[in-house]
Amino acid sequence: MDEKLYKEIVSEENLVYTKTSLLTDKVLSYCPGCGHGTAHRILMEVIDEMGLQKDTIGIAPVGCSVLAYEFMNVDMQQAAHGRAPALATGIKRTWPNKFVFTYQGDGDLAAIGTAETIHACNRGENFLIVFINNGIYGMTGGQMAPTTLPGMKTSTSPYGRDTLLMGFPLKMTELVAELPGTYFVTRQAVHTPANVRKTKKAIRMAVENQVSKKPGLSFIEIVSNCNSGWKMTPTQANQWMVDNMFPYYPLGDIKVDGNKL
Amino acid sequence: MGELKLMKGNEAIAEAAIRAGVDAYFGYPITPQSEVIEYFMAEKPHERTGMVVLQAESEVAAINMVYGAAASGKKAMTSSSSPGISLKMEGISYMAGAELPGVILNVVRGGPGLGTIQPSQADYFQATKGGGHGDYRLIVLAPSSVQEMADFVKLAFDLSFKYRNPVMILSDGVIGQMMEKVELSAPVPRRTEEELIRECPWATTGKPAGRERNIITSLNLDPAKQEQHNIHLQEKYRQIEASEVRFEKFHCDDAEYLIMAYGSSARISQKSVQIARAKGIKAGLLRPITLFPFPKDEVNKLAGQVKGILNVEMNAGQMVEDIRLAVAGKIPVEHHGRMGGMIPSPEEIVTALEKKLIGG
Repeated sequence: MDEKLYKEIVSEENLVYTKTSLLTDKVLSYCPGCGHGTAHRILMEVIDEMGLQKDTIGIAPVGCSVLAYEFMNVDMQQAAHGRAPALATGIKRTWPNKFVFTYQGDGDLAAIGTAETIHACNRGENFLIVFINNGIYGMTGGQMAPTTLPGMKTSTSPYGRDTLLMGFPLKMTELVAELPGTYFVTRQAVHTPANVRKTKKAIRMAVENQVSKKPGLSFIEIVSNCNSGWKMTPTQANQWMVDNMFPYYPLGDIKVDGNKL
Repeated sequence: MGELKLMKGNEAIAEAAIRAGVDAYFGYPITPQSEVIEYFMAEKPHERTGMVVLQAESEVAAINMVYGAAASGKKAMTSSSSPGISLKMEGISYMAGAELPGVILNVVRGGPGLGTIQPSQADYFQATKGGGHGDYRLIVLAPSSVQEMADFVKLAFDLSFKYRNPVMILSDGVIGQMMEKVELSAPVPRRTEEELIRECPWATTGKPAGRERNIITSLNLDPAKQEQHNIHLQEKYRQIEASEVRFEKFHCDDAEYLIMAYGSSARISQKSVQIARAKGIKAGLLRPITLFPFPKDEVNKLAGQVKGILNVEMNAGQMVEDIRLAVAGKIPVEHHGRMGGMIPSPEEIVTALEKKLIGG
């Protein structure tokens, strides 16, 4: 870009956005086009805006976001695969005034950690679960996830997910919304600016719920893409997500203030 | 003198935990140790000291709750029995890797598999040699009385915070279930949040402006870094071996034959020593209190004094391997054990001593 033009655009009075200090300067390990970076950003922005850094304890899962603690500038623990809600329970029960969140993918939360997820929700633990659902095991190289769509090709369903053999995609979010222990359950996405704003609003509501000690767990699913695992370009992956994931995993609030909508 | 009570081992450890200012217990019922969580629930420790008690959905969840609380600096513990301890091994390995304090009680029952609900010591290897994956060690304490069940809670937490390493109290169904007189220490309050943050500057307690964020993890993707971490852990284990060996000797000064046993086997073997001495056999008992670190120097020293060592365990012979390593072939080392929940009698131990070592 022309240097003069650049200076004109990046002048003080034109600055409308700065990166939150709650994201470190570490280069993200995520693939270009992945939704994780945006999800990290808005979660950290909300914690920053609410002045909660000094009271926040986060849990990173196993999966693509295993290194979330490298990017989120808050105190964090890294959990064994699927156990993040158990760690969060141990923290929140002994530090009830802290803000506690887990950040988990679909393999972590909906397969190996199903028991921990369901029971933390059912006990009404007062923390936030951010659930990134991209329908695939990204980190291990694109294997079938519990949320892989019927017919969807992965490295362990190379001919497409045959539901007769491999079962059906698990709608964890609808499932936990049925439990009396959840207070706020929603499904969002971060592929467009409008969706990013909606998701951030949902995160803000979840954080406020916890800080004001509303009874129960807040559960935010973010339907995301995996362009590498899906073997698409980022734009193709987003379009595929809109065309295929959203019909199966419809966006929107499912339970607000403890009441199913 | 503290308060005297008649209690089961499983109850004594729970009461002692409340009095020791423990912050949290997370458990899951399994015989023969369900009295631990039952006692906690009945006592309402939240009202007494603010201690948290929670029944988890599984042993896996319980140990991971301990992980979460411990990583935030809290004194957290769990308890189970053999099959449940196998489930906890994932979390224990992660705690060892992340260098987290915490106490795990195993009231051992017979195995393998579902085995039996009767007492056993078949989990010695699992407790002392790792059990979970990766190169790590637990500090392992073996109580042989209800009194030690109570006393070892504080000791276990002191050691686990001193070394930032999980500690296992390796008990068994006899010690957990039997009732004995126990002297309970006066209650101490739980640490305040300020005290905790001062004592555990590494803990995830929320990042204030003045310090870098704290991260608790066992992950090192760079193998060179992971090796450095492994070397650091091994140095810590060597330091534990140099500083924390604990054992008790009974009639060892003039002993010609040595019995080695821990936990309930040691209680039974005390009687065997008395029976043997009444028969004119100069027997003594060496009871390891720490199974890791193992009292290898003391065993080696005694191997220069006695004619042979009889290992007594309620298993197929596990500690006997550590004894043989320590003795290094100097004298015969034999094993007498019962399995499957069977408990040896003092007399059969004396018979085994005569047959296997004295040549009767």
